Amino acid sequence: MADFEWPWQYKFPPFFTIQPNLETRKKQLEAWCSLVLTYQRHKKSYSLDVTEAQTSPLFHNKAINRKLTLDAIYTILDELKKRGHVEYTDKVRKQCLVMWRTPEEWGKLIYSWVSANGMNNTVCTFYELTEGDATTNEEFHGMEKWLLVRALRTLEAQGKAALMDDGVKFF
Amino acid sequence: MDRFEWCDGNLYTGEQLVEQQTGVALYDGQEKTAFEIGILTLTTHRLMWRDHRNRSCVLCVPLSLVVYLEEQPSGFAKSAKIVVHLSPAPSQKAAGPVSSSNQSFVRLSFREAGEKEASIPPRHRPGIVGIERSLDQRNKQMNKNISHAFEDLSKLMEKAKEMVTLSKTIATKIKEKQGDITEDETVKFKAYLLSMGIPNPVTRETHGTGDKYYTELARQLASMLAKPIEESGGMMTLTDVYCRVNRARGMELLSPEDLMHACELMEMLGLPVKLRVFDSGVMVLQSQSQNEDEIVNNTTALVTEQTSLTAEELSQLVGLSVVLARERLLLTEKLGGVCRDESIEGLRFYPNLFHSSEV
Repeated sequence: MADFEWPWQYKFPPFFTIQPNLETRKKQLEAWCSLVLTYQRHKKSYSLDVTEAQTSPLFHNKAINRKLTLDAIYTILDELKKRGHVEYTDKVRKQCLVMWRTPEEWGKLIYSWVSANGMNNTVCTFYELTEGDATTNEEFHGMEKWLLVRALRTLEAQGKAALMDDGVKFF
Repeated sequence: MDRFEWCDGNLYTGEQLVEQQTGVALYDGQEKTAFEIGILTLTTHRLMWRDHRNRSCVLCVPLSLVVYLEEQPSGFAKSAKIVVHLSPAPSQKAAGPVSSSNQSFVRLSFREAGEKEASIPPRHRPGIVGIERSLDQRNKQMNKNISHAFEDLSKLMEKAKEMVTLSKTIATKIKEKQGDITEDETVKFKAYLLSMGIPNPVTRETHGTGDKYYTELARQLASMLAKPIEESGGMMTLTDVYCRVNRARGMELLSPEDLMHACELMEMLGLPVKLRVFDSGVMVLQSQSQNEDEIVNNTTALVTEQTSLTAEELSQLVGLSVVLARERLLLTEKLGGVCRDESIEGLRFYPNLFHSSEV
């Protein structure tokens, strides 16, 4: 994580207090959302444990001795959920999936890659898409299967793809 | 024992029974006597002993002869006794069972207990002495309370003395300098005096009741407070106002309710000061000329200059009360000038970099 570049807000103590002023809070949450997503993306992590996150450097800046309270973390996660980047996997909201791109965005990304490589009307396996040699330079390389399936489903809904057991046909 | 005399056992007129105890034996000094079992009767005048079997055998001794009493607690196989010391027998006395005795005391042996009740001193003398004592104690307590209450007053008097000497010195100074005291100084002095007192305070007596009273009061308050409020940065908490006003009014004190009512009318009357209630509930009188934007800008500038500020720090910086400094910061926050940092060290305000640095 040494090479992760923290935004300037990370060193700004008020960043760790949810601001009561609505205008200010909007900006603050904006910054938090992008920080969480870039951080997760940097770690290539697709999920987040709320309890663990409390002590992770993401929400706790030891250098200035500031950390988010649990309430504040939920405020941010709720905001991310509203934007479609977070989904809780359990009722007690201890575990959540973090998608630094929404399935729609992923779908678009994959489809544009497919189109660029002239693979329309062909069938690809999931393995090919995420682990294959042809996609090593693509962002969706190494993506977890559940997310891939969801991204492809959005394409299916648009009539751009058809899912099969372990593969997909693009149109 | 020679002090005892025979009697019929009837009470004199005005004599009253105090206590009675059966099973009491009489001792002449240390010696046992024939009066072994009897009823001891204490009256307001006499100590009487009546034989248990022979009811007509009654002895008595007037209480005037009793010098003092001594208690001898009961021991093993020994009943409790009261030693009655007697003064010498008067020369003329009725006949008694013993004509002469060299003992100056008798002992009452309580074979059936009850010595405590019969024991005359604890029963009788403490009665009066006890009352006296409790009276005494109450007096003492009262004295203490009173002196305690007056302690404050005496302190006040001391201060008053200082004030008097101060005014005297000022008066003599003016007298001495009559010639060369400048117009300016007189004016200043007068201003001081005015700020210390209201010459003719608005009261219910002079200005009627109800609305008229409150409007007049509001006017007077506004004209009196306009300057001090301006001097203290355009705002004064209502508590400060209350103190100031009542100090100036001297004897015609104002109740908090009346002050509130008067202040509530100020804005309607278009006076130079008005009541303002902050979101937190803090109430202040604010001068009409005070510009809110200016405050916000000033506070933002101060916070930016100092990187971050708490209400305490700001209050020291601009010479405001902490309450008002806090209100200033909250107001500035509300308008987006600063943002907060809540940590274990307390509430701090930072310049609102969210607004300025982004984009």
